[in-house]
Amino acid sequence: MSAAMRRRAVLALPYAWLTLFFLVPFMIVLKISLAESVIGIPPYTALLATDGWQLHVSGESYRRLASDDLYALAYLNAIKFAGVSTVFCLLLGYPLAYGIVRAPRRWRSLLLLLVILPFWTSFLIRVYAWIGLLSGNGVINNTLLALGLVHQPLTLLNNAFAIYVGIVYSYLPFMVLPLYAQLEKLDPALLEAAADLGCRPWRAFCRVTLPLSLPGIAAGALLVFIPAVGEFVIPDLLGGPNTLMIGKVLWDEFFANHDWPMAASVAVAMLAVLILPMGFIRRLLQGETA
Amino acid sequence: MTATAAARPSAAAAHLRIEAVVKRFAPDAAAAVDGVSLDIAPGEFFALLGPSGCGKTTLLRLLAGFETPDEGRILIAGADMAGVPPYRRPVNMMFQSYALFPHLTVAQNVGFGLKQDRLPKREREARVAAMLDLVKLGRLAQRKPHQLSGGERQRVALARALAQEPKLVLLDEPLAALDRKLREETRFELVRIQHRVGITFLMVTHDQEEAMSMASRIAVMSQGRIVQLGTPQEIYETPANRFVADFIGGVNLLEGRVLRAHDGLIEIDSAEAGAILVVEHPVLAAGSTVAIAVRPEKIVFAPPAAAANRLEARVRGLAYRGEASTYEVELASGKLLRVTQVNAVRQAPAYAAGDSISLGFAPGAAVVLAP
Amino acid sequence: MINRLSPFLAVMLVVGYAFLYGPIASLVVYSFNASRLVTVWAGFSTHWYVELMHNEAIQRAALISLEIAVIAATGALLLGTAAGYALQRYRRFRGRALFGTLAIAPLVLPEVITGLSLLLLFVALEQAVGWPQGRGVPTIAIAHITLGTAYVAVVVEARLAAFDRSLEEAALDLGARPFKVFLVITLPLIAPALAAGWLLAFTLSLDDLVIASFTSGPSSTTLPMVIFSSVRLGVSPQINALATLFLVTVAVLVTLAGRLMNRPEPKS
Repeated sequence: MSAAMRRRAVLALPYAWLTLFFLVPFMIVLKISLAESVIGIPPYTALLATDGWQLHVSGESYRRLASDDLYALAYLNAIKFAGVSTVFCLLLGYPLAYGIVRAPRRWRSLLLLLVILPFWTSFLIRVYAWIGLLSGNGVINNTLLALGLVHQPLTLLNNAFAIYVGIVYSYLPFMVLPLYAQLEKLDPALLEAAADLGCRPWRAFCRVTLPLSLPGIAAGALLVFIPAVGEFVIPDLLGGPNTLMIGKVLWDEFFANHDWPMAASVAVAMLAVLILPMGFIRRLLQGETA
Repeated sequence: MTATAAARPSAAAAHLRIEAVVKRFAPDAAAAVDGVSLDIAPGEFFALLGPSGCGKTTLLRLLAGFETPDEGRILIAGADMAGVPPYRRPVNMMFQSYALFPHLTVAQNVGFGLKQDRLPKREREARVAAMLDLVKLGRLAQRKPHQLSGGERQRVALARALAQEPKLVLLDEPLAALDRKLREETRFELVRIQHRVGITFLMVTHDQEEAMSMASRIAVMSQGRIVQLGTPQEIYETPANRFVADFIGGVNLLEGRVLRAHDGLIEIDSAEAGAILVVEHPVLAAGSTVAIAVRPEKIVFAPPAAAANRLEARVRGLAYRGEASTYEVELASGKLLRVTQVNAVRQAPAYAAGDSISLGFAPGAAVVLAP
Repeated sequence: MINRLSPFLAVMLVVGYAFLYGPIASLVVYSFNASRLVTVWAGFSTHWYVELMHNEAIQRAALISLEIAVIAATGALLLGTAAGYALQRYRRFRGRALFGTLAIAPLVLPEVITGLSLLLLFVALEQAVGWPQGRGVPTIAIAHITLGTAYVAVVVEARLAAFDRSLEEAALDLGARPFKVFLVITLPLIAPALAAGWLLAFTLSLDDLVIASFTSGPSSTTLPMVIFSSVRLGVSPQINALATLFLVTVAVLVTLAGRLMNRPEPKS
């Protein structure tokens, strides 16, 4: 078998699979977002009518997307929640990653494992755990009341605070891992050289460590931000019924309103927002090996 | 030995011919190997010598079949290697990193190629044992590579490359990963083993001392081309040009204009030397500009007053190296020369910085370089 | 001296791990609570574990989830290994940029989009070619294979990037054909990455709610879907017990895997 044939054999299956089950579905989402919602199976009109080759493009769902404030608000909310959570993830994740790098060598792999471990456990269960902590008669409120720090239970659940906590908690490992990988590559002699040249530790951190860890920061931030924008489980379980986040809106359009074209156009619009950061993360992740 | 004999005739028939081979890694890039032609005789220990990036490793990979030449032909024992994949070439390589399979034992590593040849188990084991005896590693057969020292790994890699009795063994910087002392011992060991097995060795190295002490012939490469081909002595004593003179050992260059030629000598008026130099050379037209090369160890201090090529100089500094000392001396013109003196007695070096001295070299000690 | 752990970083480590493991610890503690109110401690009890044993809906869903996860992880391992190998080893081929995007996009794409688009594909396929008839275990498995392939591809690609190519060249040089080289050299040496990739795809499948919700049918309710609908109605100690069992299983598996991988690493 020639080298070219071997290549084709290796590539054929994953290429075909990903095309059929990842690329083509997007085309279909795009197509259905241009159809009209009807009652029936499936609940949308055909783009090509059976009576001829007339193209039945309906911009109806996009019109509603643009005119109804609900959608714009849901978008902005999603970006706000994801953005702020990303910043908090970074503020918590950076010292964590740096602390692991600086920890004694024999502790390092255990510490790293402990960051990864929650990722291997159920996402759903980890979000669920916060309900028990944050609810009116939850662990945190009970503790605060018992200590006499508050006299009324605080409202910690079903609000924006709970969503922030949920996202930061769930996505923290995605921030720590790329940061750790980047910081671990940093030659300790660089900081010694900076100190030798008269740099105080904090300045050395700002002038040497921070700039050199930027790729890790970028990778971590994107790995948190992108999925957080489309998050459904966290706003649904922790944010309460009135939360407006675009992932939840998509879910409700589909499962509650059965408006498939609307759900599809929400997805297309979400993708339009995320396509740039996604292209960026691809270059960050695959650029290293290229 | 019997089963492989059909597929791999005895090493005595081995003969490597490289014909005008060119290799470019990108269409617009400079050629990594630029028109190399070379014949290597059976049983030779041949060295490709050059600085990093000169194309020697690429040439080795072309021979092994990991790269395909853009132009030219490679023949091994008369057979054209075009289109022959690495796994069908009667060539084995010893990698610079050794590339020992970390999940296999020493014996499995050495027997790997024999297994691909479908040699019966009995014969295979006998061959592996013989190879391990050859490199004196019999007792480590069941170890894994990470349990070996650097020197032991190197010998496993050699045994593995020899086990299939290839027509040609390619050695990519075989000693580079060893520390200095072990490296010098291993040189003799490699030559001894090559003599015993009689297989053609082609070694790539950037270390001129290594090439000269091991190889019977050397090709010096620069920028993808062979710039000189010859025995170690030819290359050292009569370098073809400045690059070779400079790359192989230290050298002093003096420029001047030819005054006249007589009796196999030429006289050169050298402003740098501040003297008329006399150098052995068959013939050179008067008036032409030439450069001569003198090795540091061929310059003597305090030559007889009547000797040719007597120069006055001042010592600028010296480096004591134990067995010898290297002096840096300055001529009146400001030209700096290096002079190596063997420390034959146990006293301190005879001269110190600032001393004025006279020095000289015999007409036969210098060589005229091609322009 | 300079590169030691500063007091600030030490405190941040404690805070970070407390944040990561506090919620999990409370989950486990309250799974042994006698009270129905998850958050009011009323003494130690294994009552909820017993009740979990008798919850047939959860057991049925767990079996379905396991079945899907095994299929998905195995499929993703095959496809993802080929994809990761191609991305790492084939520097130039037509459509490489597209392939690279396709192989990595499911990793970061919001699940609602992946789920919705796959469902719409299945519906369109059913209309066009009559397959798949309705949705269920096969459609969820296909969706999870697609998701897992991306993860396996990334893991395999990273392992191959750190792989010493001269090992493969040495095997070729010694007379092994390319496929044999892959089998006897490459595969054994990347086996830990393959195991990690399989486990990753397995847990992702076991854990997925969103994509499964879109691509499931009436007879294929997975475990996360059962948990989700139960959690939506409020906190339930049974879920705590289930979570605890899940955590213990994962901890044991990860420790075992760690033991296996931390055996003296063979290095060339």
